[in-house]
Amino acid sequence: MLATLTRRGALATAALVLVVGAAGGQGAENRLIIVTSFPKDLTAPYAKAFEKKYPGTKVEVQNRNTAAAVTFIRETKSNPPDIMWASAPDAFAVLKSDKLLQKYQPKAKGIAQKVGAYPVNDPDGFYVGFAASGYGIMYNTRYLKANRLAAPKEWGDLKKATYYRHVGISAPSRSGTTHLTVETILQGEGWDKGWATLLEIGGNLADVSDRSFGVPDAVNSGQYGVGIVIDFFGLSARASGFPVEFVYPSVTAIVPANIGIVANAKNRKVAEDFIEFLLSEEGQQILLDPKIQRLPVRLSTYKKAPAGYPNPFTDKRLKGIPFNSELSEGRYELLNSLFDRVITFRLKDLNAAWQAIHTAEAQLGPRGSAEAKRLIAQARTLATAVPVTEKEASDPTIAGAFRRLKKGEKVAGRQAEFESRWDATASKNYAEARALAEKALTAK
Amino acid sequence: MTTTTLSAGPRPRFSLAARYGASMPQVVALFAVAIFLIAFLVVPIVRVFMVAFTHPEGGFTLVHFGDFFRTRLLREAFWNSLYVATMTVVLASLIAVPLATILSRFRFRGAALIHTLGVVPLVMPPFVGAVAMQLIYGRNGSINLLLMDWFGFRIPFMEGLNGVIFVEALHYFPFILLNLSASLSNIDSAMEESAQNLGAHGFTLFSRIVFPLALPGYIAGAALVFVKVFDDLATPLLLNVNNMLAPQAFLKITSVGITDPMGFVISVIMVICSVGGLALSGLLLRGRDFSTQQRGGGGLSQRELRRGGRIAATAFVIFAVALALSPHVGIFLLSIATVWSYAVLPDAFTLAHYQTIFREAGPLISNTVLYCGLAGLIDVILGATIAYIVLRTRLPGRRLVEQVAMSAVAIPGLVLGIGLLRTYYDVMLPFSGESLATFWGMLVIAYAVRRLPYAMSAATAALRQVHLSLEEAAESLGAGKFTTLTRVVVPLMTGGLLAGFVTSFATAAVELSATLMLVTRAGDAPLAYGIYVYMQSAAGRGPGAALGVVAVVVVAIATFVSYRIAEHERGLKSRVGALS
Repeated sequence: MLATLTRRGALATAALVLVVGAAGGQGAENRLIIVTSFPKDLTAPYAKAFEKKYPGTKVEVQNRNTAAAVTFIRETKSNPPDIMWASAPDAFAVLKSDKLLQKYQPKAKGIAQKVGAYPVNDPDGFYVGFAASGYGIMYNTRYLKANRLAAPKEWGDLKKATYYRHVGISAPSRSGTTHLTVETILQGEGWDKGWATLLEIGGNLADVSDRSFGVPDAVNSGQYGVGIVIDFFGLSARASGFPVEFVYPSVTAIVPANIGIVANAKNRKVAEDFIEFLLSEEGQQILLDPKIQRLPVRLSTYKKAPAGYPNPFTDKRLKGIPFNSELSEGRYELLNSLFDRVITFRLKDLNAAWQAIHTAEAQLGPRGSAEAKRLIAQARTLATAVPVTEKEASDPTIAGAFRRLKKGEKVAGRQAEFESRWDATASKNYAEARALAEKALTAK
Repeated sequence: MTTTTLSAGPRPRFSLAARYGASMPQVVALFAVAIFLIAFLVVPIVRVFMVAFTHPEGGFTLVHFGDFFRTRLLREAFWNSLYVATMTVVLASLIAVPLATILSRFRFRGAALIHTLGVVPLVMPPFVGAVAMQLIYGRNGSINLLLMDWFGFRIPFMEGLNGVIFVEALHYFPFILLNLSASLSNIDSAMEESAQNLGAHGFTLFSRIVFPLALPGYIAGAALVFVKVFDDLATPLLLNVNNMLAPQAFLKITSVGITDPMGFVISVIMVICSVGGLALSGLLLRGRDFSTQQRGGGGLSQRELRRGGRIAATAFVIFAVALALSPHVGIFLLSIATVWSYAVLPDAFTLAHYQTIFREAGPLISNTVLYCGLAGLIDVILGATIAYIVLRTRLPGRRLVEQVAMSAVAIPGLVLGIGLLRTYYDVMLPFSGESLATFWGMLVIAYAVRRLPYAMSAATAALRQVHLSLEEAAESLGAGKFTTLTRVVVPLMTGGLLAGFVTSFATAAVELSATLMLVTRAGDAPLAYGIYVYMQSAAGRGPGAALGVVAVVVVAIATFVSYRIAEHERGLKSRVGALS
């Protein structure tokens, strides 16, 4: 019955289906399976060069976004892929803590121990940095010209009223590298001052993207003019012909991109060969490809780099500030959630508050009455306030609520309870800030 | 399936037929469908959703659901999703109802072509579609750049909830178009003629006779739009609108290392709402009879339009098609552009991107056609079976099966992907020793499960219009249940089944989230995966768009072929040809 029920419906496709043969097929014995979030521009040259160097080896690249890659490795424990290859340091931290990676000490010599303020390799040996990247500002030159905007150079520039709704960033909860940038700002400027900077820039944001590549995508198209991005997004877009530029501000986070061997990998030997190949002179040089543009961790490779290629080992701007990873780890999940509560999910309210403040400041100028100045100062305080203190953020009974609880661990509430409270405070603050700024205008 | 146990005729021979109006094969079919759904939907999903009911310190709890309603952001998200879904139905109807009416009531050259073009909006290649939409309608898209140049203002097409409504309506109006067209073509022209004899014409005829008779198709389409938009993730993410349910769930579920159960709580709530939406649409139709007895599939008489009418109708069709295809024009331009940035049109044109994808396009296309064709086929079989059992029997549990099948519309692809991986990764295939979860057939199943609601709705709408007396007549003339089914019921449902197949096929062709979870070999990958891989870098934008164009063309060809076949069959059944 079932077969005939659709006989006529099937006619429509029969012709098409007939053309198609069976898909799939088994590969060679020496198959190296790599799960990666990197684009084809990066993976394809490596796969090709590696297969050439090791004849008889087949590199099978599985492209997944970082979250899907982590989940895939978690769900396929019984017969896992061989290698995890991605940028996001948090993804590797999660895999490591779930015991889904195995240790490997690379043999290659001439590799830097530290890049910026960050160790290249996992101190416990579970994953290996093969390239570095710095955070900076990418901008669309056509866009800036059409909107008569100056090119930004420092994070502080992005606070200026002229950049209102011209800036984009990806959420730290969605991008491990953005997370490190936010953490770097907080550690560099201190918790309260750092959040004030973030919230003031937040007031100028046109969008908080849910994926890292969403930001360069939008800047490339000219949907907004300025993006806070990792360097290779800007550099490779420029190399592909887009009218964009990229600058490192004087304070930046430099982060390694990593590779690790998955626990119980079938082809451990081939996986090790692949890592060594990545770190070899030949492998590091591929990073200089205009479509890739990542910073090598092998010092000698920079001699072959074209003029003007950023070098984190000589460029002072890329030295980085001291980074306390223990502090960062203790509040990792909490910080992601907090950023989303006070910026991502209340962006419209934050925009409105800052627009009101900017308008009031522009119209009143230095001539405003004392009352107006007081109102604006009050509005600024509210629009730069964060509902969590630095001490609370590292308090395990609060930060613990955002992690999987260990046995016997006690926390002061559920994640949803904290989030609900923060959200309420943030939206109330922004509404009040806006009202105060608007009142300042009439209090001439 | 054997047909030896078929009980012929309405004789109350044994209790099954008497009590439930069902025959043995129907019971078996219901069981088969239920087993399929339990194996590939219920079990995998429950294994993932369990965490929504688990207390942080272990044990069963409903506390997270309390948290949902206590959180203002989520309450807001709930109402926003409801608002957007409702308004999208309104806007999509404004496009689809006139279009469907014009296409099926009046003789119109190139109707099959326009029907095909009407399906194309459903094919929004991942990421490519988003970039193209921004380049056309975005804040600094072509239209707004022109407006700024000429008049000094912008229209925020792509901002906030209204932006979501606009994009969703453009994207999903084909659901209404397809189902309503199928319904309209099933109305008996005798009904219309009687009404005309009694003096009704023009708008009265349409609003009192034609539209009410086509209601099952309209409701099926509108309910699908509502439920799909309520659960849709791609568009809110494309517009960066977070304060809706689907993105809230997605952001929670897909953040690395986050263990918050709220994402799954939201998903459970979305499933409940979607099933509720379907039940509600069923209630709207309950107790009414939409079937016509004579000839069933004969269709309304198609008439020549007068001059003024023809101009107006042509203008509307051109407007609607242009609007619906504007994203695809953008995708096409993107695929032949060198660089397109902050400009009305690309800087220069090139064919290099097609050259780049030339070699790999072949296997991607054949995989897509194979997977989606099979998935569409499975959906039509399952959908028609469920529809038949729900409407023609009183078997216990039939509504539950329908609702479970419908709930798939609210399941995020990623969640289904994780569930299938978790449930079937350790099951090995007998010969190759390959895991069942990463076998390409699992992609077919994942697509089939996720698209089943479309085909099921279409089949249900089609069957509502087939009068029971036609089956009874066939049986009293000595035809067995089996013959009746294959010679009478299925042919009369052709239009609806076709609409179901086309929607399932077209939307599966661009499914990404489940694909990304289950594809393990480049050789097994469908087009959506190929597009994803390219769209992660600036240099890949052109080749990604070129693959997007390939996806659209593949679906368009499949749809066109389907319609030509349907038109051919309709031409054989209809007496219109003889009249004019």
